This record gives sequence, structure tokens and C-alpha cells, in this order.
Amino acid sequence: MPEWLEWFTHMENTKPFALVLFFVTFVGIILYIFTGKKRAERLESYKNIPFDDDDEHRRDEDSEK
Amino acid sequence: MAHTTAQPAQYNYAIVRNFTIMALVWGVLGMTAGLYIASELAWPFLNFDIPQITFGRLRPVHTTLVIFGFGGSALFATSYYVVQRTCQTRLWGDSLASFTFWGWQAAVALAAISYMAGYTQAREYAEMTWPIDILIAVVWVAYLLIYVMTLRNRSQPHIYVANWFYIAFILATAILHIFNNLAMPVSLFSLSSYSLQSGVQDAMTQWWYGHNAVGFFLTAAFLGMMYYFVPKQVGRPVYSYRLSIIHFWALIFLYMWVGAHHLHWTALPDWTSTLAATFSILLLMPSWGGMINGIMTLSGAWDKLRTDPIIRFLVVALSFYGMSTFEGPLMSLKSVNALSHYTDWTVGHVHSGALGWVAMISFGSLYHLVPRLWDTRMWSTSLIYLHFWLATIGIVLYISAMWVAGIGQGLLLRAFDDYGNLAYTFIETVQFLHQPYVVRALGGLFFVSGIVIMGFNVYMTIRQGRREQAALQAKLA
Repeated sequence: MPEWLEWFTHMENTKPFALVLFFVTFVGIILYIFTGKKRAERLESYKNIPFDDDDEHRRDEDSEK
Repeated sequence: MAHTTAQPAQYNYAIVRNFTIMALVWGVLGMTAGLYIASELAWPFLNFDIPQITFGRLRPVHTTLVIFGFGGSALFATSYYVVQRTCQTRLWGDSLASFTFWGWQAAVALAAISYMAGYTQAREYAEMTWPIDILIAVVWVAYLLIYVMTLRNRSQPHIYVANWFYIAFILATAILHIFNNLAMPVSLFSLSSYSLQSGVQDAMTQWWYGHNAVGFFLTAAFLGMMYYFVPKQVGRPVYSYRLSIIHFWALIFLYMWVGAHHLHWTALPDWTSTLAATFSILLLMPSWGGMINGIMTLSGAWDKLRTDPIIRFLVVALSFYGMSTFEGPLMSLKSVNALSHYTDWTVGHVHSGALGWVAMISFGSLYHLVPRLWDTRMWSTSLIYLHFWLATIGIVLYISAMWVAGIGQGLLLRAFDDYGNLAYTFIETVQFLHQPYVVRALGGLFFVSGIVIMGFNVYMTIRQGRREQAALQAKLA
């Protein structure tokens, strides 16, 4: 096994490594989602997808009343 | 966003209708089995010394029919509907979709029959013997293929978040099912098999599966349902799309680690147990984030709660989702678990999630779906109200009785006298359970009555839809 791979076989290395990896990824996702006005607008626009092909259903008409 | 709009006729509604009907059929059968075994615990003579209907054999029949029969069919139905409607494209592979229907129904029916005949591999929520496991794996791969291909054919540039939850559920369930059921059959013509793992590794694998079945089958997938049907029924988009993205990633990352909290104070290494408890506490955040996102979707439309019983189902489901995802982390703490484990508190907790969240969100979604599938309106709104109240009262009776039973049982089992001897004999703790068990069975009776009424209402709605369709055809002819 290459030496650099052996480094991963020690729990004292992999545990903090995994912690840093997942934490940075999660913070990255948060930053991506909540920064940038245009991106925020784009992401929020997706919430209307369920209404894009609205059916003219009788139940819908009922709920409008 | 450029997209074309498909007309309903272009969608494959036949498969959605089939799964919807079977969800209700399994729901009635599974919940009736649950009521019967609850009654057996309160009045043991109901076992009648008939092996096929004793508690030990009927209990997995109940769990399999409600989780995989009712819940699974409801998920197939809603996911096939949601993916078509949000991608504005027809479901890919009509024949393969039919195969998933027949394959899934066969697996559920064969599992129930085999348990009553005494065949089980004795893994909770995965009792199916190996040939049924293989059938499920094949059906599931077909399901994944259909879903992925439909997503690939979408007219929408973006994949709506409900589909993320559904696809995570499909993928995770495949992994869980395959790894938890790795076994060596005794022979080609025997239903018995040996698990690939043994001892504590086997227990760990089982509860990694068991809790992720809760996390991905009973939570993530039903959140997919929530993210589509709550906005549709309320008539407003989800409160925050960005919050739904955080909800998704945090939930699926955290859930995978928590299974070991089912094995506190066992031969499992202490650090694994602590890790699972820590992640269980962290899980509270995405769970409540999602719950708040769903509830806040009603902002400005709360008045609809007065006039729309379907919204009541959906809101009560979200409330129970919030409550049981608070109770779960609490029970995962080692100190609390020392009291709660091996008691009926666990059973109560499971049912607050299963009845309060899973069943209620399914009822709400199916009530939304049925009139659209048969192009009519629900036969009786009053019966929906009646169902809502029967279900809600049933759940409250059930979980209150199980809190009393479980906490009382835990305290009795841990009580010592001044000399360090157990203060109560085991039979005294059993006698204490009788009254809560009676109340629990009563709660079950309320809940079963509710779904029977729903079944009748849906049956009448389908008949009405067909009659209207026939009248329309006659007019056109």
C-alpha cells in the first residue's frame, strides 16, 4: 500500500479529516445557498414548479371559493 | 424558465391509480392486523392457541403491511405522480412501471403469508426470507431506473426538491436493503439462510438498516410528498426553497449515522453509541427546519384550516413530524434510553411518527390525489372530517397510553428496595401494562375506523368518477 494511503488507515488521522471534510462541505453549501442576490432569486423561483402545469381541477375551483 | 406544459392525458395515471388503491387495501388490512395484535396484548386469549395468528407471527404481518404495503404503495403512487407533474413529462417505461406494481404487491403479499406460516429471517422490518428479498431488490432497481429516466426526460431545467427526497429514498433504500440482507441460503430449496455478519456486527448492520428505514423510507420519502402536496393543497409555494435545500442535505447526511442509538448499553463499542446519540441530537435541526418550512407554507392561508379538512391532515402530520423528531433525539440520549429502551415508550414513539406523520401526510396527499386521478370530486367531505377526527383522537389515545405504559414500566423495572433487591417482580410490571394496553387498543380502533371510512369514501369517489365519465361519453356519442 502506498505510504500516503496508509495515512488513512489510522483512526486518529481519518476522524479529524472526515470532520473537516464534511464541515467544510456543509459550510460551502450554506454559503452557496445564502449568498448572491441573483442566485437567491433563481433558487427561490424554483418553488413555483408545482404550479407550472396546474390542472383546471374542480377541487381547485372549490378551494378558491 | 423555458418549459413546455404536458396535458394530463400525456401522463401515466393508470399506474398511480393502481398504487393508490393498493395503498388503501394494505392500509386497511395492515392496521386491522395492528388492532388485533394490540388486542392480543390486552386480552391474550385472542391468540386462541392458533400459531398463525399469535402475536409473534402477526406482528411482522402488521409492520410489513403498513410500512411496505400501505406506505410503500403510497410512495410509489405519489412519487410517480410528482415526478411526472414537476418534470412535465410522461413516466418512462410503462411496462416496467407495471412490473414494479405487480412485483411490489407480490412481495408484500408473499411476505405476509410466509410470516403467518412461520418463515422469517428474524430481522426487524426486514423479516422477509431471501427469495422475497431478491424480488424486492429487482423491483427496486426497476423503480430507480424508471425514476432516473423520467428525470432525464424532463421538460423543466430544474429538478424540483420533492424529487431529491424521493431519489434519496430510492437510492438509500436499495443500499440498506441489499447490505442488511446479505445472507447464505441453507440450500436452494430452503427459505432459511444464515446472515453474512454475526454477533455485534450483525446487530449493528440490522440497526443501521432499521433506523435508516425510518430515516429514508418513512421520513425522506414522505418529505418528498410534503414538499409537493402541502404547497399544492394550500395553493401557495413552499415557504423557502433555500431552506428546503439545507433541509435535504443536512437530513440525508445526518441520518446515516444514528442507527447505533438502538444498541445503547449493549456489546456495541461505547464510542459508536455516543457518536449515534450525538448525530441524533444534531438531526433535530434539519428535522425542525423542514417542519417549520412546511408549516410556514400556510402563512397567510391559515383560514383554510377552517374549511379544508385535507389541509388539517397535512398540518397535523407536520406537527407530529416535529414532535416525534424531538422525542427521538431525547430518547437517543444514553441516560433517557436506559429507562425507555425495552419498554412501550419506544412503541409509542414509533407510532407517533408512523400514525401522526407518515399516515396523516399520506391520507392528506391521497385525498388530494384521488379526485384528480378519477377526474371528479371527493364523494363526501363530511367523511373526510370524520376520518380526520377519528385518526387524531386515535393517535392521542395511542401515544398517551404508551407514554404511561413505557415510562411506568421503565420505572418499575429499575426500582430497588433499601437492600438493593428489585422492588417489583416481572409479573407486577406486566400486570401494570393491562390498562394502558386496553386504551392503546381503543386508540387503534379509532384509527382503523378512520381508514375504513376513507376506503369507503374513495370507493364511492371512484364509482362517481366512472359514472360521470360514462355520462360524458354517452353525451359525446
